[in-house]
Amino acid sequence: MASDPAFLEWAIFGGLVVASGVTFLCAYRVIRGPTTPDRVVALDTIGTNVVAIAVLFALQTDRGLFVDVSLVLAIIGFISTLAVARFVTEGDIIE
Amino acid sequence: MTANVLQAAVVTALICVGSFFLAVGTLGLLRLPNVYNRLHATSKAATLGAASIFLAGFVHFGGEGAGLVSLVGIVFLFLTAPTGAHMISRSARRMGVDFLPDVYWPRVLEAESERETETEGE
Repeated sequence: MASDPAFLEWAIFGGLVVASGVTFLCAYRVIRGPTTPDRVVALDTIGTNVVAIAVLFALQTDRGLFVDVSLVLAIIGFISTLAVARFVTEGDIIE
Repeated sequence: MTANVLQAAVVTALICVGSFFLAVGTLGLLRLPNVYNRLHATSKAATLGAASIFLAGFVHFGGEGAGLVSLVGIVFLFLTAPTGAHMISRSARRMGVDFLPDVYWPRVLEAESERETETEGE
């Protein structure tokens, strides 16, 4: 929004930087993580961070469309977490 | 104009809180020793951070359209994050990922002590 105060734009930009850096740091646990559940947890955290990034991007561009994007990302992250958690124990997802 | 500045201040505060909790969650993911302990950090702190940023979206977009979608997102996150964490920890337990050395499952310890008393009775 053009009428936004300057400090709000700086806060959104700072939030985007923090969330992006934190998402990058999660990759360490995905690559190193000793066990498979560690990697699943790290990927789930990356999903949560990307949801936050999408909301921050919606705030930055002032387009509410990206909030819908973040909601869909949350749903896909949840389903993929359940699928992987089931796959590593049962061996298949749908029997 | 004042209301606009106030709204921007609230959004800024919520974004700061959300970024802090996202950073705390990832710090826990990197530093804690075990997959069960890491789940504590990610399923509580990271979810709280994302919910706070959703709340910032609600304050910014107002009570219709994208703002309501933000509230739905908060409810969805609070429903799904514990469920996903429970599923991951259960599958980790079934895969045989060990606890820390001084952590035990309470029922198992009780069963062992009962077994010991039974053998002592014999």
